[in-house]
Amino acid sequence: MPNQSHKMDEIRARLAATPMQWRGLEEAAGTAEYAERLHREFFPGSSEWADDVSRRHFVKIMGASFALAGLGACTKQPVEKIVPYVKQPPELTPGKPLYYATAMPMDGYGMGVIATSNEGRPTKIEGNPDHPASLGATNVFMQAGILDLYDPDRAQAILYGGEPSDWASFLSALNAAMAAQKSSQGAHLRILTGAVTSPTLFSQIQALLAICPAAKWAQWQPVTRDNIREGAKMAFGQVVEPQYHFDKADIIVALDSDFLFANPGSIRWAREFADRRRIHARGPATMNRLYVAEPSPTMTGAMADHRLPISAGEIAGLAQALAGGNTQDGSAWLRAAAAELKQHAGKSLVIAGESQPAAVHALAHQINAALGNIGTTVTFTASPEPWPLDQLASLRDLVAEMNSGAVEVLVIMGGNPVYDAPADLDFSEAMEKVPLRIHLALAENETSRQCHWLIPAAHYLESWGDVRAFDGTVSLIQPLIEPLYGGHTDLELIEAMVHQPSRLPYDIVRWYWGAQNLYPDFEKSWRKALSDGVLPGTALPAVQPKLVSAPIQTPSAAAGPELILRADPSVWDGSYNNNAWLQELARPFNKLTWDNAALISPRLAEREKLNNGDMVELKLHGKTLRAAVWILPGQAENSVTLHLGYGRGTTGRVGIGTGFNAYALRTSGALWFASGLELTKTGESYSFSATQTHHNIEGRDIVRDGTLAQYNANPQFIDAQAEPRPPRDETLYHPNEFKYTGYKWAMSVDLNTCIGCNACTIACQAENNIPVVGKYQVAHGRDMQWIRVDSYYAGDLDAPQMNHQPVPCMHCENAPCELVCPVGATVTDDEGLNLQIYNRCIGTRYCSNNCPYKVRRFNFLEFNAGMTPVQKMVKNPSVTVRSRGVMEKCTYCTQRINAARIPAEEEDRRIRDGEIVTACQAACPTGAIVFGDLNTTGSHVSKLKSLPLDYWMLGELNTRPRTSYLAKLRNPNPEMGT
Amino acid sequence: MSEDMTPLGYPKRLLAPGQTYAGVTDKIASIPLARHPPRAWYFGFAAGFLLLMMLFVAITWLLVRGVGIWGINIPVAWGFAIVNFVWWIGIGHAGTFISAILLLLFQKWRTAINRFTEAMTLFAVACAGLFPLLHLGRPWVFWWILPYPDTMGVWPQFRSPLVWDVFAVSTYFTVSLLFWYLGLLPDLAAVRDTATKPLQRKLYGVLALGWRNSAAHWQRHQSAYLLLAGLATPLVLSVHSVVSFDFSVAIVPGWHSTIFPPYFVAGAIYSGFAMVLNIVIPIRKIYHMEDLITPRYLNNMANVMLVTGEIVAYGYLIEAFMAWFSGDKFDEYMMRNRAFGPYGWVFWGLMLVNVVIPQLLWLKRVRLNPVSLFLVAFSINVGMWVERFVIVITSLHRDFTPSAWGMFYPTVWDWATLFGSVGLFLTLLFIFIRLMPMISISETRELVCEEKEQA
Repeated sequence: MPNQSHKMDEIRARLAATPMQWRGLEEAAGTAEYAERLHREFFPGSSEWADDVSRRHFVKIMGASFALAGLGACTKQPVEKIVPYVKQPPELTPGKPLYYATAMPMDGYGMGVIATSNEGRPTKIEGNPDHPASLGATNVFMQAGILDLYDPDRAQAILYGGEPSDWASFLSALNAAMAAQKSSQGAHLRILTGAVTSPTLFSQIQALLAICPAAKWAQWQPVTRDNIREGAKMAFGQVVEPQYHFDKADIIVALDSDFLFANPGSIRWAREFADRRRIHARGPATMNRLYVAEPSPTMTGAMADHRLPISAGEIAGLAQALAGGNTQDGSAWLRAAAAELKQHAGKSLVIAGESQPAAVHALAHQINAALGNIGTTVTFTASPEPWPLDQLASLRDLVAEMNSGAVEVLVIMGGNPVYDAPADLDFSEAMEKVPLRIHLALAENETSRQCHWLIPAAHYLESWGDVRAFDGTVSLIQPLIEPLYGGHTDLELIEAMVHQPSRLPYDIVRWYWGAQNLYPDFEKSWRKALSDGVLPGTALPAVQPKLVSAPIQTPSAAAGPELILRADPSVWDGSYNNNAWLQELARPFNKLTWDNAALISPRLAEREKLNNGDMVELKLHGKTLRAAVWILPGQAENSVTLHLGYGRGTTGRVGIGTGFNAYALRTSGALWFASGLELTKTGESYSFSATQTHHNIEGRDIVRDGTLAQYNANPQFIDAQAEPRPPRDETLYHPNEFKYTGYKWAMSVDLNTCIGCNACTIACQAENNIPVVGKYQVAHGRDMQWIRVDSYYAGDLDAPQMNHQPVPCMHCENAPCELVCPVGATVTDDEGLNLQIYNRCIGTRYCSNNCPYKVRRFNFLEFNAGMTPVQKMVKNPSVTVRSRGVMEKCTYCTQRINAARIPAEEEDRRIRDGEIVTACQAACPTGAIVFGDLNTTGSHVSKLKSLPLDYWMLGELNTRPRTSYLAKLRNPNPEMGT
Repeated sequence: MSEDMTPLGYPKRLLAPGQTYAGVTDKIASIPLARHPPRAWYFGFAAGFLLLMMLFVAITWLLVRGVGIWGINIPVAWGFAIVNFVWWIGIGHAGTFISAILLLLFQKWRTAINRFTEAMTLFAVACAGLFPLLHLGRPWVFWWILPYPDTMGVWPQFRSPLVWDVFAVSTYFTVSLLFWYLGLLPDLAAVRDTATKPLQRKLYGVLALGWRNSAAHWQRHQSAYLLLAGLATPLVLSVHSVVSFDFSVAIVPGWHSTIFPPYFVAGAIYSGFAMVLNIVIPIRKIYHMEDLITPRYLNNMANVMLVTGEIVAYGYLIEAFMAWFSGDKFDEYMMRNRAFGPYGWVFWGLMLVNVVIPQLLWLKRVRLNPVSLFLVAFSINVGMWVERFVIVITSLHRDFTPSAWGMFYPTVWDWATLFGSVGLFLTLLFIFIRLMPMISISETRELVCEEKEQA
């Protein structure tokens, strides 16, 4: 009885009057409550029938419930579960994987995938060739997304206030809240999502808004497409989605746009762009020409024929100059770009990046319109988002309403606004004022920590749903596995708010599309759509918007250091922060792993006396952040780039303690860049882990490059760059010991079209069960990836040329590794595959020392130790999981070769060209990697190897590698010099 | 000029004046038979034993976790283990060189040190033999490198120099062991005969294999000894040649060089003599052996070091010259990187301790002063280790493909294993000193005899 006050003087008087033994102050005080307590068996309140329902009434209710429960049991539940089979399903042969088409939503936009399922567990993602945003290829996020499915740090139970709860309790809480909201038209109900393209989800939300007309739907995602949308609105007076056609563009001018990587349509665009640069036939060649102006090197910038490092704030002026035609006093880059755009009117393209303000987008549209590019290289459709919102404005309104106390129920579907909303809005504090906060999330994060309810979200491989691609094409999302942790989808959550009883997610999607009356025979179309992965004819039709003639005002550029914020090429906006494959994936150019860094230019480093790893304090608009710097050649002089997605407060075991939280500096006025940055050296230092530390090629014949003009003048010019290939018999051993009369496997890597996106590396990691080693081991040179993307700089330190080179095992015919192995654990087979026999390897590592390409990887420790059973599910059953102490390396996906060999032998035929696609080849967006048999006449790879651009890396060592490269060509404007 | 000096002023005496047969036997045999060794022995043994325990900890952890506890990586996949291996093998060269080659060349100045250096050879090779096993990723299957009749017909890959290593090192160890033991036999008998305690007599009696000092014994012993010396002589040259093939057969710039075999052999003898001096000088002091190990020994050993040291320096020079002369861009870069790259300070340190400091041996004063000689020998021992570090690490860390270049930083386990192996060596050595006659009694008595005849 903590709050009971005793009158001490009364007790004293009572004790003085009556001598007594007393147990406590209560007894000594002799209160009435104490007297009653003495006579009761249980503590007051614990044994009364407080409810006014009598015992008789209770039994009545019980009886009715039992009867109803019996009735319920008679209803047949729809069967849609995917369960471990007791009886073998007819379509399954144990050991043979099954493939299902589905789609991965990323920032609301769909990427079509084919998921591989081994005995009911998805193990590998490939692109869906029928899907417009994939064309069969993938990016790193699609490849690595599968690891998130098996992430042991996923939300595993519904939590209420941090305590485990269940769906039924949640539903009753939700019903109570919704009942109150419905009576007030939903005036105090708010929903927060990312961008939504899903037609079904949109119809669900519409249904919800129909019941609660006063409720509001806000949208926020950190990599917001606000600028693209607002730019189109500014130019055309309406929201339209620009659709680019890089295959039709001869001249491309990219204004701070990483169109080859960072957009929902990037995989397709990269293919279209690469097709215009590919030289896969003899004879005179043509190529498109790419001009890029950007503050921080991107994959697009590295492909540029003319790249202009320029601060982000100055891009608007550049666009204004291009639009106005007053380029005379501009830079050589500007004059050349303007002239070429004019020369190629109708076949040129100007594209602005999502981080540039709306005005730059509007100017780009104006330039394209003036050049007559609209209708050829760029067309317009309605937005794939059925309800495109100014996300920042909607978030700002939401925060204001939360602060004013107008919000009583906040449902957050996905996302992580507490972490990634602009810092000045202080979303976290505003959200605390909402009485009921519900978060649907894949893993516990900063936002769910602050929510009452955490509902585990289903991974897309566990979900039913649908999603539109960048061009509007709808894909169905179908599950490959029963939700591992009982996750729920956004469809189910909205359904629960609208309908009672709720339909199952499968029914929601099916009923929605059934009701659309798109197809005469719905059942057949539905099945076909599930099998193909796309709903035919759902791409959005082109529209012809009219230009608004209002002049466009661009913000003027401020001088001095500026801060650039960008999505991280690996962990994106932070949603992949706990994905170990992506964390360990070397970022383009700087090859950093496990961290982001404040990227600075060599000049700024010189000025501020900074070195890689020096800690600085970044101060912008009153917000500060301590981060470590990394010097990046090609960075605009005064721009400091910080990637988003790091420095998370609440994340899983993988992501915790990595990097610096760029969101701390991100304010609603400066989502992408802002000038006025102050940078102070703190004197501390930080250790980074990079997979490549030396980017100077030292004049070696490793990457051969040249210009298109050189090639057209003399197709063989690339051979003149290095020593000729040594003759075959220049060896101490029998040169013709092996004849390779059967198959002769080989690979060709086209440096001309490689954009350095890293998709091959992750695809290989997923296919070949390659372990992750962690930041410390990467720093000590023990990274395990079998194919790495090397980057080299050439030329000027401030504006260098950047070259990518994917390096898998070369599968040398005269392999230096084989001669030195004391136990014969690495040998060439009769098809020319350089095999690594794990069982035989004793781990002398001599082979790695003698490998001039250093493509061999060693299990220095037991890197596969400590995996949970769920984590093990991601392993490919066709590939051995290597233990400590053995060497490993690229096998040319020997398991895939054998998977093709078996049916070929059954049918008594040779394996056809193209029948074997290695994991790296399948993932490559630009088709830069081609694998095949050199003995099959006319095979793709043998054609490529006969081209004049084909060369052997370090061929002068007479290793006779089976992997060869096609040299990189640039197409510089002859009037600009180089 | 005294009669102890040659006309050129070098020490002439192999024995101090006044040595007798009985005196020699007593002096040498009393050491293993003494109840208590000198105090310095305890210190030396304790230091060695502590380091040996550290080695056990390092090996245990290595077997539990894997070679990843060391600083090795890709591209530097070989690190301290291989450096230590080559270093120890080199140290192991002096013994057989002194015993076999000098025996065949009738160099009497081997007498007082041959026993000792042979033991040193055995222990050094034992230390060396540890490393190729420990450095394996899966040491428990090391025997796959041996040619044994496997039921699946799998053989080692005979083109690999690592297989040659196995044969070379194991042959060398076997022959060295036999040679050492054969030389020990008469002395073990002498100890047996000097011993008074029954247990000692029994122990040395068993070890002496029934040696009765008969003329027939001596006759067979001497011919066997000479035969073994003949066998061991080519081994001295072959072992380190084969070890050098580990490097020169590979295509790595800085390894792929034809000068390696002679250059490695010279280096091995160089470091072997340095180690002998580093041990002999203190032992001579502790056990008051100045009468038996006279300045002439020290002077001669210093001379051998001087000669082999110049060969090694010539090797360095030729490596640099060939890197330039070959016109091979990889070799050229390797040499430039070796001298001016991130490990440049190691290279210049090597030049200092292995080339510059040993030039002091031109001075008689330095050669004849045990302290300065000890210091120079120590410098050479460090230098030869650093040389192997330079060869192994700086060649590997930047080879053909610049994107794969990296650095090697030794971990605490690397150092623990290196010093632990020194502990193993010292422990074995101190046990040997305690239990065995460390100077050949019979051969020293021959010297006494010769002196008498001359006198």
